[in-house]
This record gives sequence, structure tokens and C-alpha cells, in this order.
Amino acid sequence: MAIEHAEQALTPSSYITDHLSFNTKPIGDGSFWVLNYDSFIMSVLLGVVVMGLIWRVARSATSGVPSKGQAFVELIFSFVDEQVKNIFHGDRHRFIAPTALTVFLWVLAMNAMDFLPVDVMHHFVYAPLGLEHWRSVPTSDINTTFALALAVWFLMIYFSIKVKGLGGWIHELFYAPFGGAKFFKPQSAMGYVGLLLSPLLFVANFAFNIIEYVSKPLSHSLRLFGNMYAGEVIFLLIGLWAATGLTGTIFGAILGAGWSIFHILIVALQAFIFMMLTVVYLAMAHESH
Amino acid sequence: MNINFTLIAQAIAFAVLIWFTVKFVWPPLLTAIETRQKEIADGLAAAQEGKSALEVAAKKSEVTLNEAKQKASEIIGQAEKRGSQIVEEAKGTAKTEGDRILAGAKAEIDQEVNRAKEGLRSQVSALAIAGAEKILRKEINANAHSEMLAKLAAEL
Repeated sequence: MAIEHAEQALTPSSYITDHLSFNTKPIGDGSFWVLNYDSFIMSVLLGVVVMGLIWRVARSATSGVPSKGQAFVELIFSFVDEQVKNIFHGDRHRFIAPTALTVFLWVLAMNAMDFLPVDVMHHFVYAPLGLEHWRSVPTSDINTTFALALAVWFLMIYFSIKVKGLGGWIHELFYAPFGGAKFFKPQSAMGYVGLLLSPLLFVANFAFNIIEYVSKPLSHSLRLFGNMYAGEVIFLLIGLWAATGLTGTIFGAILGAGWSIFHILIVALQAFIFMMLTVVYLAMAHESH
Repeated sequence: MNINFTLIAQAIAFAVLIWFTVKFVWPPLLTAIETRQKEIADGLAAAQEGKSALEVAAKKSEVTLNEAKQKASEIIGQAEKRGSQIVEEAKGTAKTEGDRILAGAKAEIDQEVNRAKEGLRSQVSALAIAGAEKILRKEINANAHSEMLAKLAAEL
């Protein structure tokens, strides 16, 4: 895909660094107050376009014979709805199913930007617009995936507290998954040992829950980020090979095409996995132990 | 690759998108699909109902047809019976009438014969008297012998 006619001044490392750095805009003091406006603009643009298209169909949705566009949207709708129905056994239509649809379509669209040939885009689209080393794939930015995962994480805690109450949620932090101390009169010597050791269960439970709460958003976000970032890097490496000469160009093109085709699977699969994890996490928050 | 403000910006974008979908995208699609599902279910139920109604109607029509056939054959039987009855009656009437006419004719003939006999008798008696008058001329008194002649005429 990425056939690079490298300029002489360009070295492999500068080529890759150039393609993997963001357009940043500082909005305050400190390293945190910086906005990667290319991934932000791309993601918002994609979100508006994708959800806007769906909205346009949904607005004029008829219960009669659907148009082809509506049939396609309904296909996606039913697919997402079916997945949510299998995992979450509550009123899914109020929040979780629409959230799953949003996550799936948005992430899919952002992932799909990986199909844009990086260098062709740079030379013929972004450069004429005055945009240097523009990043097309928002999901290969850890900020995007982490933002999504963190949002889901907060929703998870919100639903936990909403369903079980604040007390119930805190109780669960200390009593699940191993259970808590039971204060009864022991029957044997081992029973006394158990009674003395039982407060340790609270520690174990709490540690376990903390690890779970930390690992959930990390695995959720890093899985998507890692896949998309790796995909992008491989395109860049193929692009580098394509820059070495005619043989490299030919094989680079073949390899690039192959990787793109394989990447269709990764793009769709990662979007699907991200959606499923979102639904699973939110469904788990609704269940009490 | 460092965490920065993009995180917050993207999270806000995500929240807005979720809100938008929850509010504007999901409900109309859900309504459309659920309404259609209901319509299809209703349609199928109606079709089933129609089918069973058709079966009932077919059975009913068969029963009615059979009844009609039976009634028709009954009517035909009755008509045939009545027809033969009428013929029999007509035959009887005709026979009686014929007999009556025949009897009348016979009586009239008898009457005629009697009348002719009567006429002839009186004429024969007159002839006999005339003959006897001619033969006896003088000795016979018509008045004296009329009783004997009338007796004679009655014997003829």
C-alpha cells in the first residue's frame, strides 16, 4: 500500500518517527496539557460522519419495507443487539445496547483509517491541506483507546453503585470474590486459626478487586492500541522496504496488499472485541456477588 | 506516546456520541424493528386464522351441499309420488265418468227403445182396429171392443 519515494534526506528512523508522531497543541502548562489534535479531529470527524449516517437512516426508519440503507443499518443493529442480549439480561435498550453500537461503529471506523495508504495520504491529501505528519488512525493513539476504556471504567463503577448502592459496592470490594470472615464460635482448634486468619480475607478481596479494577481498563485499551499501532508500524516497515528500489517496491506493494487484506480481519475483530468487553464490563457491574 | 489532554477530549467526544446514540439513533431503529416484528407476527397469526376459517367454511359448505342434495332428492321423490297419485286419480275419475256416461247412454237408449215400442204399440193397435173395422164393419162396435183391444196392444 505505502509506496514511498523517499526523499534523500530521509533516514528510516526519521521516516518512522515522522509518521508516528502527533500534531500537538499545548493548551496549558505541563506535559499533560497537550492536545493531539490530529487524533482528536479524526475521531470526532469519524464519529460525526458514522453516527450521522446512522442517524439519517434511523430518523426516517420505517416499520414497513425497509430501504437498502435501512436494511444495512438494521443488520448492524440486530448484530449488536444480539450480542448484548446474550451477555446482559436487563433493560439493554436504555443504555448498554446503544453504547455498544456507538463503540463498535466508532472504533471500527477509526480502525479502518489504517487502510488509508499512509504516504499517499501524506503527499496528496494532507500535505496540500498544509498538514504535516498527520496521523489518520485515532485508535493507534493510546490517549484515544485509554479515553474509551476509562469512560467505560467510570460507567462500570457508576452502574455498580447504582445497582448495588454505595454500601453494596464497598461491601463487594471487601467480600468478593473469596467471601468475608464469619464470626461464629469455632468447633475445633483449626476453627480458631480460621477465625484469627479470616480478616486477611478482606485484604485479599480488596487487593484482588483493586487489581481487577486496574487491569480492566489497561487490558481493554492496550489491546486495541497495540493491535492498531502494530498494524501501522508494519505498514511503515513495508513502506521502508518499498523505498529501497524497484524490487522492494514490487514486493512492498504485494506485501502491503497482503497485510491490508489481513488487516481487515484485525480491524473488524478489534472493534468487535472492544465492544464485547465494554458490554461484558458493564454487564458485570450489574451483577451482585 | 504519552498520556495527555487528548484523553479527556476523546472521553468527552465518546460521552457525546453515546448520548447521541442513546437519544436519537437507537430508539427509532428499535421502534421500527419491533413494530415490524409485531406486524409480521400479527400477519402470520391472521394468515393462520384465515386458513382455519377457510377450513371451517369448506366443511360448512359441504354440509350445506349435502343437505341440499338430500332435500332435492326428497322433493323429487315426493313429486314423483304425487305425479303417480295424480295419474291414478285421473284414471279413476275418467273410469267413473266413462261408466257414468255409458250408463246414461244405456238408459237413454232404453228409453228410446221403450218410446219407440210405445209408439209402435199404439200404431199396431190402431192398425189392428182399422183392419178389424174393415173386416167386421158393422158388427163391431169400436167403443165396446176398445178395452179388449187395449189389452191386446199391451200384450204386444
